Amino acid sequence: MFQYIIRRILLVIPVLICVSMIVFFVIQLPPGDYVTHYAAQMSAQGENMSQAEMDAMRAELNLDKHWVIQYFLWMKGILLEFDFGHSFSYNEPVTSVIDRYMALTLIVSIVTMAFTYLVAIPIGIYTAVRQYSISDYFFSALGFMGMATPNFLLAIVLMYYSYVNFGDPLLGLFSSEFENAPWSWAKIQDLMKHMIIPIIVIGTASTAELTRVMRGQMLDEINKPNVVTARSKGVPESKILIKYPTRAALNPVVSTFGWTLSNIFTGSTITAIVLNLPIQGPVMYNALLGQDMYLAGTWLLFMAVLTVIGTLISDILLAWLDPKIRTEIKGM
Amino acid sequence: MNTKEDFGTPLLSVEDLRISIQQDDHVLHAVDGVEFQIKKGTTLGLVGESGCGKSLTSRSIMQLNPKECETQGQIVYRSEKDKGLQHVNILDLKPTGKMMRSVRGKRISMIFQEPMTALSPLYTIGNQIMENILIHRTKNKKEAKQIALDMLNKVGISNEEKRFNQYPHEFSGGMRQRVMIAMALSCNPELLIADEPTTALDVTIQAQVMELMKDLQKDLEMSILLVTHDLGIIAEMCDEVAVMYLGKIVEKAPVKEIFNNPKHPYTKGLIRSMPKLGGNKNRRLESIEGTVPLAINMSNQCGFYDRCTQRIEGECDKQRVPNYQVNGEHSVRCFLYKNEMEENGHV
Repeated sequence: MFQYIIRRILLVIPVLICVSMIVFFVIQLPPGDYVTHYAAQMSAQGENMSQAEMDAMRAELNLDKHWVIQYFLWMKGILLEFDFGHSFSYNEPVTSVIDRYMALTLIVSIVTMAFTYLVAIPIGIYTAVRQYSISDYFFSALGFMGMATPNFLLAIVLMYYSYVNFGDPLLGLFSSEFENAPWSWAKIQDLMKHMIIPIIVIGTASTAELTRVMRGQMLDEINKPNVVTARSKGVPESKILIKYPTRAALNPVVSTFGWTLSNIFTGSTITAIVLNLPIQGPVMYNALLGQDMYLAGTWLLFMAVLTVIGTLISDILLAWLDPKIRTEIKGM
Repeated sequence: MNTKEDFGTPLLSVEDLRISIQQDDHVLHAVDGVEFQIKKGTTLGLVGESGCGKSLTSRSIMQLNPKECETQGQIVYRSEKDKGLQHVNILDLKPTGKMMRSVRGKRISMIFQEPMTALSPLYTIGNQIMENILIHRTKNKKEAKQIALDMLNKVGISNEEKRFNQYPHEFSGGMRQRVMIAMALSCNPELLIADEPTTALDVTIQAQVMELMKDLQKDLEMSILLVTHDLGIIAEMCDEVAVMYLGKIVEKAPVKEIFNNPKHPYTKGLIRSMPKLGGNKNRRLESIEGTVPLAINMSNQCGFYDRCTQRIEGECDKQRVPNYQVNGEHSVRCFLYKNEMEENGHV
């Protein structure tokens, strides 16, 4: 098992090299670069940059070189000095921009994920056991609505109700008095209050989807002969349900863990813009718009790493859940 | 083993069992008035082709049929070992209730056709065998493990300490069925229901598994209800045979009587369509023409009417066929014996 994990981690390296090259290639594809973006901004303010100024700026930022050379310079910085480049628009190192938003991004993502699993799995099990009952139809309808409603719309609706009922649209993650205050219990409470809407908005779609997956899996498993065998041994129904179908139904849920992780990170972008959340999504969005290539590249690379790590985690979990996979690993 | 007296009281009597399944716009009468008894320490074979209702019948004894099945009639169980179950109608028990659970796995056990799917792929076979021991026999895990290991040994699985911690996919088909048998017999049941226990196995393995079941039956003094479509297995294993066709038992007799003196045209057809050792190789194997009709909107005619070569028009298609007693232990549901039986005074 240990060997398997080591080998999987080693395999991650070539994957990441390929991904980083593709990422960099894609980022420099759109016409123009940060300098043209910058010049356009300047001219909007009434100052015109001369061609010579622009060329000088390009040379300074290494933007005049071939993208392959730029890529290697970027990689060299990352590997040797853990320097992910410079964010043009923030005018500071990429790492410090990401640092600033990382903690809150992680909190929002992880809590949303926990919400998704904690709500979806029990509802999936319940609706499978009570297939075609009123509650099954109710949750199915709710689930389809959740999948079909665009996140930003839900966000606006919830903000509206929050404003009408509590006099506060709960924008952002903190009330203004806590924004720059040091951490305290009151600040945490304020944060938790502000997280309710984002979590519901970001988590609804994936919760609805996961509920359907779980329900389908459970329906498959509930009718398997091994459930009848357990029943024929006199095992109580509740124990049968947990030990046999639920455990087996978790396999596909666990195997999608990999992309759920990065989905929640990126999926929250529009919601975060609407709700004014200080998390990575909007930062990334602006970086792409502003041709802030190192910030965008680092972010995309980070997403790739997250997906790869997520897949690794789900593979390890699968091996832990499924003895057949474990045997195959031993055989390798 | 058994004294002559208790040979007479049946361990299990199924009386007028009817199972119907509501489908979209009609009702399927899958089991239609089945009656039989299983005597202590004996084996009853329930034989018939696919879809005749034999599996539903056997599963209703443990109330394991799906919810859609509506079951009527009586299944009277008379336990010797359990005072609380001396005379109960199993169908009166709540399927998920405590009483039913104390019957399942402890007094009546079941072996299924497909040992791969009947065992869960996620748990070691040790875990799955110990499960019912821990429910019915002891709360002590060490003791339960010892019982499980003894059972594995008993069903002929060597190296049981190692095998105990292995998963079903590490076993061959025959070995898996042995595990199923170990599991079913680990609480010394009074009745074992074996639903096509060897259908999924190679012929050589079939014989071994059958031999094993016979030996364990002697050891544990239990009764067996053997559900199968294989007359060879019936001949080898059973004391009595009930032939089922389209939800009804059409003939019932001791095993020798069935093979030497079959009465019902369907039974005769079944026996004729068995390959015989040393028979003429160039002779075509006989078969029964046609297929089993669906048991929907059945009129009063005999279910076998369309396929029967000896049907009496105007009689077999007009009324329900009663049961005729050929002799003390042999009965048949066929109008061909109407006059004969009346003359003999057995109606």
